[in-house]
Amino acid sequence: MNLKISALDFIQEVKTGNISVEDFVAKTIEQIQNVDDKLHAFLSVNEEAVDQARKIDKKIKSGDKVGNCFGMPISIKDNICIKNSKTTCASKMLENFVAPYDATVIKKLKQQDAIFIGKVNLDEFAMGLTTEFSAFGPSKNPWDTNYVPGGSSGGSAVSVSSFECVASLGSDTGGSVRNPASFCSTVGYKPTYGLISRYGLISYANSIEQIGPLTRTVKDSAFMLNMISGIDHNDNTTIDNKNEDYLLGIESGIEGKRIGIIKEMIGEGIDPAVLSATKDAISKLESLGAICEEISLDMVKYSVAAYYTITATEASSNLARYDNIRYGYDFPLEGYEFNSYISKARRNFGPEVTRRMIIGGFVPSAGHAGKYFLKALKVKSKLTREINEAFKKFDFLVSPTVPILPFKFGEKIDDPISLFLVDINTVTANLTGKPAISIPFANSNGLPIGIQLMADSMNDKSLLQAAYALEQTVSLPEVPI
Amino acid sequence: MTMIGLEIHCQLTNLNSKLFCSCKANYREFEINENICPVCMGLPGSLPRLNQDAVKKATLIAMALNCTTPEKIAFFRKNYFYPDSPKNFQITQLNIYGDTSVGGAGSIMVGDKKIRITRIQLEEDPGRLIYEGSSSKNQITLVDYNRAGTPLVEIVTEPDFETPKEVRDFLNILSDILANLGVADPSLEGAMRADANVSIEGGKKVEIKNIGSFHDLEKAVHFEITRQESLHSRDIDIIQETRHWDDQRKITVSSRSKEEDLDYRYFLEGDIPWITIDPEIRKKLQIEMPESINSKKERYISKYNIPSQVADVLSSDKYYSDLFEDAHTESNAKEVANIITTELMGLVDTREKREVSKFTFIHLKELADAIQSGKVSRNSSKNALHEILKSGKDLSTVITELDLGNVSDESELSGIITLVISEESQAVEETKSNPQTINYLVGKVMQKTKGKADPTLTLDILKKQIGV
Repeated sequence: MNLKISALDFIQEVKTGNISVEDFVAKTIEQIQNVDDKLHAFLSVNEEAVDQARKIDKKIKSGDKVGNCFGMPISIKDNICIKNSKTTCASKMLENFVAPYDATVIKKLKQQDAIFIGKVNLDEFAMGLTTEFSAFGPSKNPWDTNYVPGGSSGGSAVSVSSFECVASLGSDTGGSVRNPASFCSTVGYKPTYGLISRYGLISYANSIEQIGPLTRTVKDSAFMLNMISGIDHNDNTTIDNKNEDYLLGIESGIEGKRIGIIKEMIGEGIDPAVLSATKDAISKLESLGAICEEISLDMVKYSVAAYYTITATEASSNLARYDNIRYGYDFPLEGYEFNSYISKARRNFGPEVTRRMIIGGFVPSAGHAGKYFLKALKVKSKLTREINEAFKKFDFLVSPTVPILPFKFGEKIDDPISLFLVDINTVTANLTGKPAISIPFANSNGLPIGIQLMADSMNDKSLLQAAYALEQTVSLPEVPI
Repeated sequence: MTMIGLEIHCQLTNLNSKLFCSCKANYREFEINENICPVCMGLPGSLPRLNQDAVKKATLIAMALNCTTPEKIAFFRKNYFYPDSPKNFQITQLNIYGDTSVGGAGSIMVGDKKIRITRIQLEEDPGRLIYEGSSSKNQITLVDYNRAGTPLVEIVTEPDFETPKEVRDFLNILSDILANLGVADPSLEGAMRADANVSIEGGKKVEIKNIGSFHDLEKAVHFEITRQESLHSRDIDIIQETRHWDDQRKITVSSRSKEEDLDYRYFLEGDIPWITIDPEIRKKLQIEMPESINSKKERYISKYNIPSQVADVLSSDKYYSDLFEDAHTESNAKEVANIITTELMGLVDTREKREVSKFTFIHLKELADAIQSGKVSRNSSKNALHEILKSGKDLSTVITELDLGNVSDESELSGIITLVISEESQAVEETKSNPQTINYLVGKVMQKTKGKADPTLTLDILKKQIGV
């Protein structure tokens, strides 16, 4: 049984009867048992997965209607609610929280007969770039376990790249899908803001984040988008995409397309290997018939500062509800009144979350908002204007997903400022609501490098076409697990 | 000069669902924590889903209070920790970054005085705290989230009131307007609450919170003015603070909280995109807008010749004016108004009585018609009304069962009248010289028939038999 197949191949194999869902899922569970002690992608594994697989096999055999996922084992970042299962956000605050409802994406995938193989690791409440801030310990990069897998959707990227699932759902607030995808050599997709319902995604910075797929191929991401995108009455920010088929015409190529190379994203501090991979990607895009040209986006240099100001503000508000009154962890009430109780109970948040909530309490506060929060909003709207201008001239914008290579554990955890610069190339898509994708492109001494393409809002389909074209030029080594 | 301003919270009780989820807006019929869902409980991952109907109703209120209505409205988060707040922030509206709440400056007339409205905003009600245990040491606080997320309209006035009486009059008018719009039932417990800001000449603004009823509000304002004046007369500084109304002792008490210092860190609620209220919607709302109380009153007077005082009472209460609208015809309008204001108002003056009564506009219409056609006397109609309210039976059944029908059989009535004439010979003689005396004889006939004689017919027969 070969686990190293794409989602579309899996579906094909099941459809043609070459493999049974039960065998594949059992084998996947076995893979998790074999490698996850070392990699720690999973926070919980679905005990009923094999039973569920058997049921789908039965449906296939009896000729009943089967959903488009055909029992595909998918891992889910543990900040997305699945009814009756633990959703911890990798936080001690939600260690025992069992979601009483399904996120919209989960509901949609259930209808399509997907199997949720397990919940995967993240930085606590998705705040981080390495999974080192998970309250339950970090995930390891399968390319070299001394290295971080990226984050915050590190568990998603690890589980996809080490064949513990066929595809995964992560969430991307400032690069949290694309960053680990780049570090673990998988595809990571952040759609146009509003394309995928956030209902059931535990909010970190709700005005800019999106759920996104991590997959082995670009086509698989397009397939996942087909499954989970579209308007949802439970999320007022969703957009009607008229049931767009993102796979249709994905092989159209990029002949004649105009691509802007963002100068600020290949500047100071970039790793030479990343720079050379980016140059290589540009020449490949040109050889496919695209016209590439440098462009400067002035506001990018302020984007990370604006990003942290806005996300901290929203986070501090979004996480205020964790007062341990309606749900949470065991913590006796005796001897406290309301204020002392919640301030004590809320000490269960980890250091990074606490740091951001403190910042988030300060930057929008009276007397300081003008200097910080409102200024950040100004940067956001200026950056949006700037990028909208750029998309009048270009179809896509290209950059490395992360300007540096994956780094070792502990290397940057005590240096939040340098860690924040890892975000420089990814936050722009979030602040402006644009779709962006990370494509595995190169490998430098065993460490993966991803290339990022961005497109204008609602141009997700053409973005996937461009990503597919670039992907076809790449040949990469196999992950050494 | 004394300056009083109000902040009135009114639940949109007539809506089907809460402001951001499909739980019921009418939470009162539920067991504790039964009318809840992931959204109004603020569970992780849940998102608000704006009730568009609430936006329309709130805009309708803004229009009825002559407020400006912006083309685009937005929601903001007001961040604070409190046990009744499931998310520890409230989704509300704000005008500091431009006018984005449902209503801007407006006004209503209270008598001859114009009271200015500062703004109207749409927001969610928090849950309800229930205290158990007697002593403060044993006391525990429980939270009922059934109310959490109920659509609430906050109406803020300018400090245009000078006396507690003006405050009371304004609130009565406002609650009539809201009821007339069909957006809320202010008579429901807790549906309408108000805080007051009170300051006297040379003093600071004092906010009074936690006032349970309009009656208490008037008292609280009165108390507060007296308190401030007595401080002032002794040269003691009045400090700017928040005070709570102590329902038991009927006084205001300093909250001793740092509420004034709270920084709510308002920012835009990203989960709810800006809502455009285009001219089309406003036009539609204008058309759907129920007739105003004033316009009703004018119509009752000019079209049906109903006395101004009666028209005033009738138009200002939605329950009665709805009954009137449904029951009246061109010919019986005055009679319908008369029954409502002289009889019905004394019988169904509370919401409980209205709820248990089985009375409908059809009863009212039939009763008015029956009085006009002489089928029942006005006197007997009272008995009929009592019976209808109790049993809900139709009028003809009630008339038969209680034998309330007028004696309008000419031969039967003639017999009785002959008897009266023979008994009252002196009055009969007098009638010939003084026609007014005939009313005395009509009264005698009524006595004998227990008020059931058809008055017109009685008069006719009397005149005929006496020969006047």
